[in-house]
This record gives sequence, C-alpha cells and structure tokens, in this order.
Amino acid sequence: MTPPMVQCRSLRKSFGRLEVLRGIDLTIERGRVVCVVGPSGSGKSTLLRCLNHLEEPQAGRVYVDGELIGYSERGGRLRPLPDARLRRQRESIGMVFQRFHLFPHRTALENVMEGLIAVKGVPTGDARQRAADLLDRVGLADRAHHYPAQLSGGQQQRVAIARSLAMSPKLMLFDEPTSALDPELVGEVLDVMKDLAASGMTMIVVTHEMGFAREVGDHLVFMDEGVIVEQGPPREILAAPQHDRTRAFLSKVL
Amino acid sequence: MEETVAGPGEAGPAGPETPEANRISHPLRPGRWLAAGATALILAWLAWTIAINPNLHWDIVVKYQLDRVILDGLWVTIQLTVASMAIGVTLGVIVALMQVSDSRILRAGAMAYVWFFRGTPLLVQLIFWFNIALIFPEVGLGVPFGGPKLVTWETNTLVTGFVAALLGLSINEGAYMSEIVRAGLRAVDPGQQEAAAALGMSRMKIMKRVVLPQAMRIIVPPTGNQFISMLKTTSLVSVIAGADLLTVAQRLYLTNFEVIALLIVASIWYLVLTTVASIGQYFLERRFSRGFGATTPGTLRGRIARNLRLTGSAR
Ligand SMILES: Nc1ncnc2c1ncn2[C@@H]1O[C@H](COP(=O)(O)OP(=O)(O)OP(=O)(O)O)[C@@H](O)[C@H]1O
Ligand SMILES: [Mg+2]
Repeated sequence: MTPPMVQCRSLRKSFGRLEVLRGIDLTIERGRVVCVVGPSGSGKSTLLRCLNHLEEPQAGRVYVDGELIGYSERGGRLRPLPDARLRRQRESIGMVFQRFHLFPHRTALENVMEGLIAVKGVPTGDARQRAADLLDRVGLADRAHHYPAQLSGGQQQRVAIARSLAMSPKLMLFDEPTSALDPELVGEVLDVMKDLAASGMTMIVVTHEMGFAREVGDHLVFMDEGVIVEQGPPREILAAPQHDRTRAFLSKVL
Repeated sequence: MEETVAGPGEAGPAGPETPEANRISHPLRPGRWLAAGATALILAWLAWTIAINPNLHWDIVVKYQLDRVILDGLWVTIQLTVASMAIGVTLGVIVALMQVSDSRILRAGAMAYVWFFRGTPLLVQLIFWFNIALIFPEVGLGVPFGGPKLVTWETNTLVTGFVAALLGLSINEGAYMSEIVRAGLRAVDPGQQEAAAALGMSRMKIMKRVVLPQAMRIIVPPTGNQFISMLKTTSLVSVIAGADLLTVAQRLYLTNFEVIALLIVASIWYLVLTTVASIGQYFLERRFSRGFGATTPGTLRGRIARNLRLTGSAR
C-alpha cells in the first residue's frame, strides 16, 4: 500500500514561550489539493515551514511520501539527519513564497536553472532546455532573459513556481502565493496553480482565495491559534462551518 | 556648475536609488556668480604662482618622473596595494563569515580581531610587525604549546620590510573589510537563503551562489574606496623602509635635497594610480549591479571626482 503523501503527527512548534503549533495531525493523500486558511498568526506559515524542515519542530513527526522528514529514527529515538540527507528531502518538496524570493541577480531563465545546476548537477545546456520548457509551461517563454526586477509580481510568482517545478517535486507548498499581488495579477498565478493541480500534483496552499479553495481544493483546513479547528471538503465547510471560530473567520473573508 | 548629488552606494545603503533623478538645478543668483568669479581668480593665481615659482624645480620633476628608482618604488606600491587588498579581502570574508556563524567561539574570535586591529593605529601595527623579531626571534612549524619543532626560521630573515608592510597592511585591512562584508551579507534578504534552502542547496552553495553575489553589490563600492585609500596608505610603510614610492622619493631627496620636486613626482604618481583605480571601480560596480535595475554607479567622471576627493578612512 502506498503511504499518504503527507502525514503530520502531533506536530508542535514554539518560538521561545510562544506556542505556535499545538499538536497538528494531518493526512494528505496523493494528488490532493489542500487549502489551509485561518487568521493571521494562527501558524499556517509555520506549519508549511515545518513540512520541509525550514523550521525545526519541538515535537511530533512529519512524513512525506512515507519518509520521516529531518530525522532518522532508531529504537524510538530521533536524531537529526545529516545535512546532505535533509537536502535531498527538501529537493522533493517545492515551496512558493508570498514574496517570491526570486534570485534578483539572475534572469528568469537562470532562476529556474539554478536548482538544476547547483543541486541536481545537470549540465548547463540541459538545464537551460528544461528551464525554457518550464517557463513556457507557466506562459513566460518570452520573459526568459528578464531580471526579476523587470517582471510584474504575477510574472515573478510564475517564475518562482517554475523554479520549484524544475526540481521535479512530489509535493508543492504554497504560502499565500497571491497575497502580495495586485488584484488583476492574481488570476494568472491561480491559473498556473490550477493547471498544476490538474496535472496531479499534491499541493498544500495557504490562501485567502476562497474561490480557489472551493473550485480547486479537495480539502479545506481551518487553523486557529496553532490547532486545526475544522477540516473537510471545501464546499461543505464554506457553506456550513461547524465551529464558531470558523464561522467568525469566514464571515470576515467571504 | 551643477552636480549630481549623492551617487549610489557611497556608504552602501541597501535601498535602490536613482541618482540621476536627484539632479537639482538651482536658479542663478548674483552671489553665486561672485563666488565663482573669486574662485576662478584664486585658482588662476595659484596656477600662476606654481608655474613661475623658482623653488618648485619643474625641470627636476620632469627628470625624475620616469626615473628608474621612482618606477621601482611605484611598482612596490602597486604590489603592496594589490597584495594587501587581496589578503585583506580574503581575511575580511572569512572573518565576516565567522561573525555570522552559529558558533559563539568563532564569533568571539572574529570580534576580538576586529576590536584589536581597528582599535590601534595602523602606524603602530606596522612598526610592531617590523620589530616582531624582538618578541619572537624564531618562527617554526611543529607541535604547539612548546612541543618539538620540525623547522624553524630566524624571524629577521623572514620578515623583511616588504613582508612586515604586507602583514601590517593586510591584517589591518581585513578588520575593516570584515565589517564591509558583514554589512553586505546583512543586506541580503533572509528570504533568499530560505528559497535556496528550500530548493535543497547546501549552506556553502547558498553562500557562494546566492548570498555573496548579492552582497557584492553592497560590498564592491566601499571596497573600491578601500583600495584607493590603500594606494595612499601604503605610503605609511616609509617608516619601516618599505621601498615603496614615498620611501624611494625620500631616499632620493635625502641625497639631492630636491624635497618638493620629489614629493611632487610621488604625488603625481599617486594621482595617476587613484584615477586608474577609480575607472576600474566604475566598471566593477556596473558589473555587480546586474539585475538591480536603475542602480548604475553614476557617471565615470563623477566617480573619479569623488574618489580624488576621498581623503581615505581615518585610521
Ligand atoms: N522566527 C520566528 N520567531 C519568533 N516568532 C515567530 C517566528 N515565526 C513566526 N513567529 C510567530 O508565530 C506565530 C505564527 O506565525 P505564522 O507566520 O505561522 O502565522 P500565519 O498563520 O502564517 O500568519 P499570516 O497569515 O500573518 O501569515 C506568529 O505570532 C508569529 O509572530
Ligand atoms: Mg504566513
């Protein structure tokens, strides 16, 4: 039996005395699109960052594709993984940030090539070809030689998605990918994400775009104060939230 | 005359600037005309006194400008500058990386280094290195803490005037450079490291391929200034017989008493060196501002003018 793509077990994370994640349990099957919503500070970003071990949790486990992230387990004890192993795990988990974080000193094409060259050791020529294909896929073939500063926010975010896809990830994490965009640029990024979802990619999307959640999401997770308050099919939750906190939040964003 | 105000990266602020947009032209005022006239008058008078002054011995200046001995000194100055800067930048990068490392011991070591070498005058450090044999008559390779030595050398044969100068200048420079590099590293958005880490890049590669190239934009302009300042600072090694441009000029005027003429010869060469370095700096900055839009380093003429006005960092 194939394991679920993501499994979180009683995940806890605090910064100093501030408990940001207070026991998260979450299972995500392959090919699903999971949208995570919740008020600011509820721990959504922190959850995503724990999934690829950019943050080290205090307790709990994360499995991606059956593999324990960040640790090796021997006799019930967890040891931090050697750097090289952790890097391999991160390679297979793409991440897209609210503020893009493209490399400003590299062109769009070079941004997409970067991981192929610096991580996968692909020869430059092949990397260039593959990067060009990916830029084409996100509709930016004609912007290959532009620097990020010369691109609109929506174009930058599409390059960032292509950059992640270049690593052939099994899982894609999106942290508010459209929140930094002007309203008229949101659509082009969501379209790329829809295509990606349709291609069968497993995606976790922190978002305020309820339309996207309803239309594309298979599963909706509502978080508040470091716990998952409610989860289920997006249409059901959006139509009839069971918890007061969910209701209160949705009444504000809808 | 109007002038472009505040070129980019003079003190290395992180934000993007548009130097040309800052051009301000003032309406003409009679006071300004008066001041301009007076300045022109003073300059003309200065030029005239210099040209006709019999004590300046321009013929001697011409005679020595391309003198073999002077050229040898010039060559030493260039070598000292390039080598000290190369070592200084390397040290600076290493120490800056120590400063941002997770290890408390590495950070403390870096701090002590910067504290000591920035806190004492370079002139004192140079004399110290020149007399290092008084403290360590021998240097050797072997087991530390008094263990057996494999090889030893006499310090005095090892630390010549040139070596002492190189040690003094480069180690001192490393302390200043580390601060410049650190400021550059700090100016890079931490999101950059995260994005690179999320791709699966190693810390080394993140530093080399993502952080340092971006930090360069902040690091290059003040490093150029350090280089130009170093061209002039090398003249300090004349106190330890460094055989640099100023030292040879002094040696010459001690025998022929043409003090002023030889100082002019040296000054002309210093001006040539700093001017050439300014031009180099301009092109270097242009290269490292790739991808950062409007931040071109002003005009070449403005750059040279600015550097010649630089009096060097206070040491
Ligand atoms: N590195 C950190 N150090 C200290 N506190 C942190 C750190 N990162 C996040 N926090 C805190 O953790 C809490 C949760 O942050 P998180 O970014 O996960 O929230 P979020 O749900 O993504 O909010 P938003 O919708 O505003 O992005 C916040 O109170 C935040 O201040
Ligand atoms: Mg967030």
